[in-house]
Amino acid sequence: MVIKQIDTRGLSCPQPVIKTKKGMQENPEGVEVIVDNTTAKINIERFAKLSGYKVESRKNDAEYVIKVERQ
Amino acid sequence: MRSSWIDGKKGIIITGAIVGIIAVCLVQFGNPLNMGLCIACFIRDIAGAVGLHRASPVQYIRPEIIGIVLGAFFMSIVRKEFVARGGSSPFIRFILGFFVMIGALMFLGCPLRMILRLGGGDINAIFGLIGFIIGIVAGIFFLKRGFSLKRNYKLSQLEGYLFPIIMLGLLILLILRPTFIYFSESGPGSMHAFLYISLLAGIVVGAFAQRTRLCLVGGIRDLFLFRDTYLILGFLSIFISVTVTNMFFGTYKLSLLGQPIAHVDGLWNCLGMILVGWGSALLGGCPLRQLILSGEGNIDSVMDFLGMLMGAAFSHNFALAASPSGPTINGKIAVVIGLVIVAIIAYCNTEEISFFRKGEIDGDKTN
Repeated sequence: MVIKQIDTRGLSCPQPVIKTKKGMQENPEGVEVIVDNTTAKINIERFAKLSGYKVESRKNDAEYVIKVERQ
Repeated sequence: MRSSWIDGKKGIIITGAIVGIIAVCLVQFGNPLNMGLCIACFIRDIAGAVGLHRASPVQYIRPEIIGIVLGAFFMSIVRKEFVARGGSSPFIRFILGFFVMIGALMFLGCPLRMILRLGGGDINAIFGLIGFIIGIVAGIFFLKRGFSLKRNYKLSQLEGYLFPIIMLGLLILLILRPTFIYFSESGPGSMHAFLYISLLAGIVVGAFAQRTRLCLVGGIRDLFLFRDTYLILGFLSIFISVTVTNMFFGTYKLSLLGQPIAHVDGLWNCLGMILVGWGSALLGGCPLRQLILSGEGNIDSVMDFLGMLMGAAFSHNFALAASPSGPTINGKIAVVIGLVIVAIIAYCNTEEISFFRKGEIDGDKTN
């Protein structure tokens, strides 16, 4: 299955989390989110965990790819 | 990344407590009552010091502002989070900053001073808090429907260093006190703690706020939007520590009348803070948070700072700012204009305005 990718690079608070939330509603199995700052990374991770999802982040140069998956 | 105690809720609670204690202690050291730290008031004082307005009671280069930016700058360098970026609707951010300041000077304080006033027993600030929440809820309405000021882009590192360098320049002016800089001889601007105490206080606040991302708009916003309590804990922690510290020093006074640098017009206290809450929610953070981001290389936040600086200058040049005797008619008109302009900005930058298709975007499905 191809996981939907959401690009939140360059967006200010709280748009990365809103976009992730919307993505999770449309793809309940999970999404991948690209972020370019640690604030958004931490916020998305916290939101996904609060929603009961499994989170896995990997660093890609100055960006992070956060994999949000249903547990 | 290594995680430590400061990453969790404990960190934001301790940060809030530190900010609150520092703010009340700064009053003990000489800052105006219930104004140990106020981003809006202190930017306004800086605007006066460099002659952008000539309101003689409110002119001083506040070292707290310099310290907060430098503290955030140092912390972001250490944490490798300093990145020069910008280009996300710069002029809209300038305009929003301008009107956030107009609103703050109607209420007589930024969100941080609102908490300091609440923690000092100033009942008028409750009207401000109500307005602040209404403003943030208005912001959330548009954010949920796709409000965006578009993305930012990486800039040259020099661009990011400029703002902290300008802060250092202000510090030099403050130390040398050349004759072309205005310093109040009476009024709030003349009341200040010893320069290096203020500077150190600012650096500590800036460093902790950068590390924990303390944001007073974010607290209420994330609670309503995501049921996320992280940032609101910082908000509450400031309130509690300010209240307790004020009681300790005997400066707690629960009343509506006779509060320092405050007026009793509840409606305009509320409307002023609606403007602050709404504008800040669209900007993505409260004035304190914008200052922190400015130190991290975020030029969009620098644009917001410049807007606030200009807003402060206009406020005092055209009698828009309220005073302890109450709001002015000019100020009321400016706040109303501000609300209309913020509404237009919010509307025009929201992709999926859903006045006609409610329910399609249900933000709470996952909860």
